[in-house]
Amino acid sequence: MTFFDVKNLTVKFGGLTAVDDVSFGLNEGEVFTIIGPNGAGKTTLFNLISRLYTPSAGQIIFRGEDVTRLSAQQIAGRGIARTFQNIELFESASTLQNLLVGRHRHSTTRPWQDILRTKKVREEEVAHRRAAEEVMDVLRLQRYRDTTIGALPYGVRKVIEVARALCVGPTLLLLDEPSSGLNVEETNAMAEWILEINRRLRVTVLMVEHDMSLVSRVSDRVLALNYGKMMAIGTSAEVQGHPDVIAAYLGA
Amino acid sequence: MVHRVRTDYGDSDPLFPSKAAAFWYAVLMAGLLAAPYLLESYYLSQLVFIMIYAIVGVALNILSGQAGQVSIGHAAFLAIGAYFTAVAQKYGVPLVLYLPLAGVFTGIAGYLVGLPALRLHGIYLAIATLAFAFIVEEIIARWESVTHGNEGLMLPPPSLFGWKLGSESFYYLCLLVTVLVILAAINIIRSSTGRSFMAIRDSETAARSMGIDTARYKTTAFALSAGITGIAGALYAHKMSFISPEMFSLAVSIDFVMIIIIGGMVSLRGAVFGAIFMIMADPLLIILKDRIPSLTEALTHALFLPDAATQAIQAGVLRVVNAPGLKSLIFGIIIIVFIIYEPMGLDGRWLRVKAYFKQFPLARQRSARPPRMFLKSERR
Repeated sequence: MTFFDVKNLTVKFGGLTAVDDVSFGLNEGEVFTIIGPNGAGKTTLFNLISRLYTPSAGQIIFRGEDVTRLSAQQIAGRGIARTFQNIELFESASTLQNLLVGRHRHSTTRPWQDILRTKKVREEEVAHRRAAEEVMDVLRLQRYRDTTIGALPYGVRKVIEVARALCVGPTLLLLDEPSSGLNVEETNAMAEWILEINRRLRVTVLMVEHDMSLVSRVSDRVLALNYGKMMAIGTSAEVQGHPDVIAAYLGA
Repeated sequence: MVHRVRTDYGDSDPLFPSKAAAFWYAVLMAGLLAAPYLLESYYLSQLVFIMIYAIVGVALNILSGQAGQVSIGHAAFLAIGAYFTAVAQKYGVPLVLYLPLAGVFTGIAGYLVGLPALRLHGIYLAIATLAFAFIVEEIIARWESVTHGNEGLMLPPPSLFGWKLGSESFYYLCLLVTVLVILAAINIIRSSTGRSFMAIRDSETAARSMGIDTARYKTTAFALSAGITGIAGALYAHKMSFISPEMFSLAVSIDFVMIIIIGGMVSLRGAVFGAIFMIMADPLLIILKDRIPSLTEALTHALFLPDAATQAIQAGVLRVVNAPGLKSLIFGIIIIVFIIYEPMGLDGRWLRVKAYFKQFPLARQRSARPPRMFLKSERR
């Protein structure tokens, strides 16, 4: 049984086939990167996996279970967490509250228990808080704990989004362009964190990324997409050396 | 800046932010408990109205402020709670039973209204809730066998365990219910449910990706908000001791939205401030209206104007002051001013005044200004 499999995934928007018969598999514990020029269908593929979009054809298998028809919230419940290319944080809330929302799937209390703030609610709140603090420790976010997201710089928000996804307690983490909008220094830090999340927290990472230095540094395997179709799959060096990939990027 | 040192996660979101706050709330509570002995019956009655409006404000804060869903049909929930109370009382159901049941019953109605909210956003949702309010008003007017239609229903004074509640004991009942509702709302907001509401408000996409069943939480928000409004409706029915369909018109729904716009949507305190404003603005305007003619007279005398001019000015002033719809105009202007200059409402103003005294003499006007944003928050 493979860890995560995408089989013949296809999605059509009207006459446009944004993702066309894409198949690949992830081994548990690896960092797998999807690259490709703008409009190649990378983010669409991500939205299909996290079930914000519904595929026209194909299957997504996660740990032996067909998750193709599950809803987006059920996907999170299975332990697949994601970040967004353009940051989808809850901007009027503090960093801590954002991370606590990430803990949602671990919360078992019902609204009436919340109203009465029963013992169970109080105990769970402490557990959520502890988990959020642990994630903040890993990503060094303590100093932003009570700051509203709207008042934080872009680079920090990017890290907070990763932290929030980690609070879900994922076994598979989807990172949509983790380095977009970051400067060189922040990109380096992001690369370190991705490796740390992967090695120390043992989370399998699937990411979309443009920065090739980051890609070669952290990825075990790379998949190149163009016009929704698979061009090449293999190690970072293999894919970068593939003639089709070079042609797609350089337009030759 | 003051940073509090915390030693465990159990107290991370306490009921009172500090000991000083707890003290001041205790003082406020003592004042409210002593109010029947200190205030004239007119002001006590106004306090009851403030509390009923504050409960509705809390309900709308949960729905609009926390979960980000619009409703301009909350008068309908007030009506459902009120009529439920009238009918239940007629059939001899005791108060301890029908007061919470009014909340449950209205909550179910709110759940049903919440179902279309799953597909509608913003202005379309507002129109749907508005339509619901009209439907409820119409049903009440037509369903004469139960509601007595436009004739209305009389309610006997409420009784608790066979003991008739006078205006003072009814005041204490309202105070108890208000405090309980506010406590419940605080608990909701600082729990996983409240965070889910906030997540839906700020980014539905992200909320879903975090495993939040947005459909379930939206209907929960509607049900909770409606249920709380239903309880307010029960108190309202007893306060008025007579209810008829036109008491639950569109104007009332708009009053309710004004509570949270003027008070501020961010915190529950805003709901209370808004309720105070909405209830006290009327008597204040009336007092002002009575004073204006004598004031203008004094002014014209002070300027040594000829009699003819004085009379003309007096007549003009009287025409303006007595013009129908003046109150609506003033309220309209107030809303516009608040939306433009104080989107955080009275509560935002309160926080700034508080910050000013805390930082005195170092406070600067600029430090109160929100930082400029160039990201998504700005585009909203």
